[in-house]
Amino acid sequence: MPEDWMNGLLGGGLIGAAAGALLLLNGRIAGVSGIVGALLKSPQGEALAWIERAAFVIGLVTAPLVFGALGGARDVIITQNAGLLIAGGLLVGVGTRMGSGCTSGHGICGMARLSRRSIAAVATFMGVAVLVVALKTLISGGGA
Amino acid sequence: MRTLIALLSGLVFGLGLMLSDMVNPARVLAFLDIFGAWDLTLAFVMAGGLAVSAGAWALAGRRDRAVCGGVLPGKPTGAIDAQLIGGASLFGLGWGLVGVCPGPAITGLLIGGWPIALFVAAMLAGMIAHDALIAPRLARTA
Repeated sequence: MPEDWMNGLLGGGLIGAAAGALLLLNGRIAGVSGIVGALLKSPQGEALAWIERAAFVIGLVTAPLVFGALGGARDVIITQNAGLLIAGGLLVGVGTRMGSGCTSGHGICGMARLSRRSIAAVATFMGVAVLVVALKTLISGGGA
Repeated sequence: MRTLIALLSGLVFGLGLMLSDMVNPARVLAFLDIFGAWDLTLAFVMAGGLAVSAGAWALAGRRDRAVCGGVLPGKPTGAIDAQLIGGASLFGLGWGLVGVCPGPAITGLLIGGWPIALFVAAMLAGMIAHDALIAPRLARTA
């Protein structure tokens, strides 16, 4: 198996283990859009839950530092088009809140429990994203 | 204790995104590009994540409460409605345009430079806009 696929499988296992631990120990779904979205609201009446969510996000943000300390490195290769970044960010923000989840909440957590809503959501966002990438390639004249 | 578990869960989640290279939008777009030079890595990430996560759900099914207290989330009972499909479509549109979804966006903040920072700022603005402006209207028309 190519090394990329092996790293993908192992990395996916870590993601699943993190989500599983959060579920079994804390009773929470490891959906990043749900956690971040709830953090953006005032913590009224549930300060402890708010702090828990903040801790999860701090863990995510600091992960590259720990990965680096362990000797690993990853590049982030992304478009430099500011308009595209703003449009993409807005769409992802609105869409994940409206659709109640993203690749982690619906993909890793929801599909693993065979939730029909999550399977429908994943099929929809993957299908649309594949179409968008195909159209981008067409418009740019087939070049990468 | 719960806070420490949440911190470690986020950390391990982020390490998984790093190891699998899902923090790299080019890698994600290469998976979505099924008519081009298709890169299957994301499918392996999903397979690994689902296998372990499904085991956790199976264990969760045998108990009522989480180890540190609190009720375990029940099976979702909602219908597949227009909001779910509409939201997933908008998300797919943004994901296909840039190749970034919320987990890798947050994890990439310290290593992704200004493009990831700009994306995250727009994403947070989109979330706030949805919850403050769009959700109340959808609730009224539903």
